[in-house]
Amino acid sequence: MIEIKDLHKSYKMGKNSLHVLKGINFNVEEGELVAIMGSSGSGKSTLLNILGMLDEADQGSYTLDGVPIKNLNEKLAAQYRNKFLGFIFQSFNLINYKSAIDNVALPLFYQGMKRAKRMERSMAYLEKVGLADWATHKPNELSGGQKQRVAIARALASNPKVLLADELTGALDSKTSYEIMDLIQKINDEGRTVLIVTHEKDIAQMTKRIVNLKDGVIIEDKKITQVRAMQNV
Amino acid sequence: MFSLERWQEVFETISKNKLRTFLTGVSVGSGIFILVVLLGVSEGFQNGVEKQFQGDAENIINIYPGSTSIAYEGFNKDRRIQFTNEDYALVNKETDQEIEFASPLYQIFAGLVSYGNESGSYRVEGILPDYQFLEKADIIEGRFININDVKAKEKYAIIGNRAKKDLFKDKSPIGEYIDVAGLNFKVIGVFTDPGGDREETRVYVPISTAQIVFGAGTDIRSMGYTLPKEENYDLALKQSNAFAAQIEQMLKSKLQIDPKDESALFISNNIVNTKEIYLLINAMKIFFWGVGIATLLAGIIGVSNIMLIIVKERTKEIGIRKALGAEPISIVGMILHESIFVTSVSGLFGLIFGLALLEIVGPYIELDFIRNPSVNFSIAVSTLVLLIAAGAIAGFFPAWRGARIKTIDALRDE
Repeated sequence: MIEIKDLHKSYKMGKNSLHVLKGINFNVEEGELVAIMGSSGSGKSTLLNILGMLDEADQGSYTLDGVPIKNLNEKLAAQYRNKFLGFIFQSFNLINYKSAIDNVALPLFYQGMKRAKRMERSMAYLEKVGLADWATHKPNELSGGQKQRVAIARALASNPKVLLADELTGALDSKTSYEIMDLIQKINDEGRTVLIVTHEKDIAQMTKRIVNLKDGVIIEDKKITQVRAMQNV
Repeated sequence: MFSLERWQEVFETISKNKLRTFLTGVSVGSGIFILVVLLGVSEGFQNGVEKQFQGDAENIINIYPGSTSIAYEGFNKDRRIQFTNEDYALVNKETDQEIEFASPLYQIFAGLVSYGNESGSYRVEGILPDYQFLEKADIIEGRFININDVKAKEKYAIIGNRAKKDLFKDKSPIGEYIDVAGLNFKVIGVFTDPGGDREETRVYVPISTAQIVFGAGTDIRSMGYTLPKEENYDLALKQSNAFAAQIEQMLKSKLQIDPKDESALFISNNIVNTKEIYLLINAMKIFFWGVGIATLLAGIIGVSNIMLIIVKERTKEIGIRKALGAEPISIVGMILHESIFVTSVSGLFGLIFGLALLEIVGPYIELDFIRNPSVNFSIAVSTLVLLIAAGAIAGFFPAWRGARIKTIDALRDE
């Protein structure tokens, strides 16, 4: 699903150049649930941004579902993001003047789907995350866990190939975190590829594979036995 | 732009951000409102000033006789010059300028006029029908003198509104007989004159009648002309001066006056005096347009500012939308669509309120220098279009910048 070869990325900080990613090689198969771990400054967020086409690598190749992701202009990047990727953020990134269902429907709007169909589909995803009754509520009327559920529903709405989650439990307490992870595991069980960036070990243990980053290189990449989130709730 | 989905999205955004929409709308609407009112007041001011200054036709040329100051061809100096019908006829015949209106004048400055027990001393003027236009007199009752009255030497009189009020009070004077210098004249009309009371105390009679009644023979006191209107002031002035010079030369030659004699004939060319009015009106126009454009500019700057703040405030939202698959062009389109929609609707409201105010309050304004304030509708509409276009352009750059911000940076914006 994802093939990355010899990925390099550096940022210019004034006169100095900060080499953040120093040759990453890494593949993800369809249906995997991967945690990318590392301390802050390890390059894990940069890697996720490149995977999410929010940032571009200086060197190396990136292939997503057989499509080479290269020399993207903004327009093409937007189309690919819409088609291939679903984002889940630490700070939820819901549009606060839109209701839950309208937030979920937004990627579908950009796909050009008609309103009635959009609403029907968004409702189905809200049901899936258990928030059908909250469809007309604005984000500020929802708890942190509920907001993240809405964000997950939104990420799923466009039926993407890969879900990219950046510290998705970072703003949540442990109990809510596990509930969210339970939802992620169930989504993965249905065969969806999910990548999670996290620095929390317990969250990483709930995935099927941990990739450990340090100073811009992968120091460890191992398959693990998944801990089901429900056991902890 | 015409996609229904986009409209739905825009309506949703607008209706869920009421304060923002309201503030943008107020800024644009009040800008247009002020501009419309200002243009209306400017127009009213112009009307008022024109009304104040223009008692007679603005391009009238009057020729009065004087006394010679230079001995010439056997005549002593200090000879009084007297015009006659012949001189008037000569000018009309010989001039190569096209004349619009012309009339000789024979007047008695203090003619005793009475009706019943009422009487007064009025200026009685013998004139030709064209004189109505030279004086800008408006008939409010009956009719003015016509050429047949002149030919038949009718004892008809047209009296000014002031004279009518003095002599007849509320009664209609038409068909009544007034006593002018001991003779009965039939009143056939009443006139008003923008010159006001001073000019409305006059009594007009046919010149042929006046010359007989006052024993003037063929003498006339002065003659007045207007030339056809020209496109601009400078051309009108040029034609006027040429005409004045020509008749001066013509009359001096006929009446045996030294060409260098400056006191024998007096030619008053009103258009020279109206230059100040033209200049004043132009200056006012420039002033009001200046103020109007400044207001408009302030409006445009206001709109741009609001757009800038809106885009800044929405940076994160833009980032989210882009992460979810919005193309930059769709971001620009969305922001512009919203801003154009809001500016158009609120601008239209401002325009309607401004026009309504002028329409409702305008007629009640009766100041000396402001009359009938109104605004040219097409000017108002074009300013609205200008403001919307300016708003769109002003909105475009922040929108474009907003769309160009890297998604990742936009998402980090708090």
